[in-house]
Amino acid sequence: MIGLLQALGHWSLARVARLGRGHLFLVRTLASLPRLLPRPGLVVRELFSVGVLSLLIIVVSGGFVGFVLGLQGYVTLVRFGAEESLGVVVALSLVRELGPVVTALLFAGRAGSALAAEIGLMKSTEQLAGLEMMAVDPIERVVAPRFLAGFISMPLLAALFSVVGVWGGFFVGSGLLGVDAGAFWSQIQAQVDFRDDVLNGVIKSVVFGFVASWIAVFEGYDAVPTSEGVGRATTRTVVNTALAVLGLDFILTALMFGNF
Amino acid sequence: MVDRKIEILVGMFVALGLGALFLLAMQVSNLSQIQEHGTYRVTAYFDNIGGLKVRAPVTASGVRVGRVAEIGYDRSTFRARVVLALGTQYDFFPVDTSASIYTAGLLGEQYIALDPGAEEETLKDGSVIQYTQSAMILEQLIGRFLVELTSKK
Repeated sequence: MIGLLQALGHWSLARVARLGRGHLFLVRTLASLPRLLPRPGLVVRELFSVGVLSLLIIVVSGGFVGFVLGLQGYVTLVRFGAEESLGVVVALSLVRELGPVVTALLFAGRAGSALAAEIGLMKSTEQLAGLEMMAVDPIERVVAPRFLAGFISMPLLAALFSVVGVWGGFFVGSGLLGVDAGAFWSQIQAQVDFRDDVLNGVIKSVVFGFVASWIAVFEGYDAVPTSEGVGRATTRTVVNTALAVLGLDFILTALMFGNF
Repeated sequence: MVDRKIEILVGMFVALGLGALFLLAMQVSNLSQIQEHGTYRVTAYFDNIGGLKVRAPVTASGVRVGRVAEIGYDRSTFRARVVLALGTQYDFFPVDTSASIYTAGLLGEQYIALDPGAEEETLKDGSVIQYTQSAMILEQLIGRFLVELTSKK
């Protein structure tokens, strides 16, 4: 009995300690961001591996999500004779929800896992310790550029996802199913509000970018320095990011669109 | 020269992302349409606003001239107080303009239609619209219809 309590206490203390470590780590990362200014090359290189290499999966998934939304929306709307509203359905669901959320999930799978594995492997091969030996702060040299690159990339990727998705919905709805192209766009422009819909979607993607990048670099930095530990850090990155993004999405949606 | 290639690709990526944001703003949202660069506020009191919402359109002859800015309940008149934000380019509505709440389509959104009067004087910021017509409430119509049906017997 005592053993069980001890184990429970140990487990929860470990969790709380990890939570605290994560936040202290975030503060250190944020504090070292200004020191990146004189060396933008570091960030550019990370932007390439985090942002440019994620482009393909984002664009392709955005297109397919748009196709599916177009088809599904059409099948439902045509029953009410409201297929002209297809554009609104596609655009609103992409801009408000699917754009930021699906991009964040894909981002965690494509870029977040890679970041965690990279940093975790640096740690397990003692490259981070080596940097410290040379009086180079690994957070400033390794972590901060990756965090910043992820933070910058996410909103851009989410915007791309939404745009490609809307065009995908337009392609299916107007090209294949015969919704009037003019009605499609004019309904979108009449119903989608810049501040309420587009800007809130962008805010969501900024928040998700922050959280996803933070989790990825922290899991990598905090990984147990063995090959198994790196593997587990990668898994945890994807799982924790997905949970955090979906949970945060609910809170943000309630705050933004709840009207209370 | 690998760095240069990376720089170009990253630049293209950022430009593409910003372009997408721009496209979202201009083509997918209403930013390109009327912007509230200048509005003046006019108040109207209704007996019943039905399902009118804030940001609902205000039209005159079907042309959108503004939006519903605020909806409240007046404590002294016991009526709904609706504040309309009209574009400053539409500053020529006579003071005896009437406001009615209509529904777009059978089940569509509700909006306010302005019907210009004949006075010389025009509505200013802070004016009150005197003549209003409430929203049609489907239940009331059905109720009245039923009463008429039964009273004929």
